[in-house]
Amino acid sequence: MSNGKTGFLTSGQKRKIRNNMIGYAFILPNLIGYAIFVFIPVVFSFVLSVMSWDGSKRPMQFVGLANFADIFGDKIFRGTLLHTITYAVMTVVPTLILALLLAVLLNNKLKGVAIFRTAFYFPYIASIVAVGAVWNMLFQPDFGPINEFLKFIGIADPPRWVVDKDWAMVAISIVSVWKYMGYYMIVYLAALQGISGSLYEAASLDGANGWQKLWHITIPMLTPTTFFVMIMLTIQCFKVFDLVYVMTGGGPGNATKTLVNYIYEKAFTSWEFGPASAGAIVLFAIVLVITLIQFSGEKKWFKDL
Amino acid sequence: MNAKKKAIKIILYVLLISLSLAMLVPFYWMVISSLKMNKDVFSIPMKWWPETMHPENYRVIWNKLPLVTFFKNTAKLTVITTAVQLCTSCFAAYGFTKCKFVGRDLIFLMYVTTIAVPWQVYMVPQFILVSGMGLNDTHIGLILMQAFSAFGVFLMRQFYISIPDELCEAARIDGLNEFGIFRKIVFPLGKPAMATLVIFTFTNVWNDFMGPLIYLKTKELKTVQLGIRMFISQYGADYAWIMAASVCSLIPIVIVFLSCQRFFVEGVAASGIKG
Repeated sequence: MSNGKTGFLTSGQKRKIRNNMIGYAFILPNLIGYAIFVFIPVVFSFVLSVMSWDGSKRPMQFVGLANFADIFGDKIFRGTLLHTITYAVMTVVPTLILALLLAVLLNNKLKGVAIFRTAFYFPYIASIVAVGAVWNMLFQPDFGPINEFLKFIGIADPPRWVVDKDWAMVAISIVSVWKYMGYYMIVYLAALQGISGSLYEAASLDGANGWQKLWHITIPMLTPTTFFVMIMLTIQCFKVFDLVYVMTGGGPGNATKTLVNYIYEKAFTSWEFGPASAGAIVLFAIVLVITLIQFSGEKKWFKDL
Repeated sequence: MNAKKKAIKIILYVLLISLSLAMLVPFYWMVISSLKMNKDVFSIPMKWWPETMHPENYRVIWNKLPLVTFFKNTAKLTVITTAVQLCTSCFAAYGFTKCKFVGRDLIFLMYVTTIAVPWQVYMVPQFILVSGMGLNDTHIGLILMQAFSAFGVFLMRQFYISIPDELCEAARIDGLNEFGIFRKIVFPLGKPAMATLVIFTFTNVWNDFMGPLIYLKTKELKTVQLGIRMFISQYGADYAWIMAASVCSLIPIVIVFLSCQRFFVEGVAASGIKG
């Protein structure tokens, strides 16, 4: 191929073509798959959101923003937005605080740190289906261990958790916090290792105690990590589906139905691809806004650091 | 001073031990309930240690549930998806970092713009596309839709950037071709990043619920997660059996987790502190 038989191209041009071919050969296996299975669907989801289609042989029809008008006129959809936001707030804040606390505790030189770390991290890798099943039983309102315990410590009328529309989302958030805090604890631990020991030594010389060091050194130094964790967690919460699906199925009523549950049901049980995609675009818009906040925040931290 | 330090240490230990026990209570409850009779799971007062063990629950669910098929399906999906993901990501990352070609930055921009788009946003058109190819309710469909991610390419690219170009240049002068450089130098050096990617993909695919839920309808093709879920809706009141099935579904991931723990932790740290 490059032994100069063609004669039309200079050797420099031939080398360039060869380099191009080699480069493409390396990226093509991934590029083809990515273009077909990710990029095209992403573009197509915008197209679908302004179309009316049920997936049958009938051609799709352009309906403009009717799908968006439809879903925002739908009380159930507006409810899912509210539930998702509630879930996000109830999950993000406690997860952040507990992850930070656990990380600070584990950052001490102790024997058996690895064992504790494993215990805290373990819920994260356990599957949602198994975890959802066991927590549903723990939350069982009449004889479940959680309510037995609450009665034991003197709460005569404990919440009915997953069967009560006011408490179901709280229950789901509790499970989420339990499941996710170990993961973010490790993120925090990694960040803690990065804080220079000399800061603490200087503070000790100035007579600072443990709390003061935590409050005036550790927490401020961790601000970029906290910001990052908060963004990741919030995005994760807006994508919630499995846990709701296995714990309450969106019920009781529609009390725990989230945005993705809505998209899923619209698409795969009633085959209304248009409204489902409109819902998906709303999810995209939310995640995009959060990501933009992340970018501007990252710029800020990097200027500061 | 020394006594105070000791006291703090004891408090720390007590705190950590009770917290980690609290974290593990649901798993303990799962295991002991799986050894009780169905009617005894919610007996009051709660028994933390059942008087009689009923390990036959496991034999019962083994007969009711084609667990072996489910495990085989999940293992197949997990291994193939992870392998495809790893290979194509490493190749692409090498192309993006060590090769120069027309349109490289433009193509990479395509990856950049879509990395932040959650799967839930495009899962519907993706399903339509995969079904259109006749791959709905097949393992291939599920593998193809999960195997190509921008995350894998990003992760490997980030690592390959840190490998000095001089190393590749020197190998080129020594007469290695591009594939040789990739195979003999860059690929082996990328092991830490590969471990992260493998763990990440492995747990994601193993625990994936929504993907199989959308794609797999035939019972013989279902994964562990889907199969256990099916069992739970079918035997809603047979609590001990449900717990036994849940324990079974956790065993493989527990083994993998405990044996590769270091990689899990390092992986989180590596993908966690980004930017």
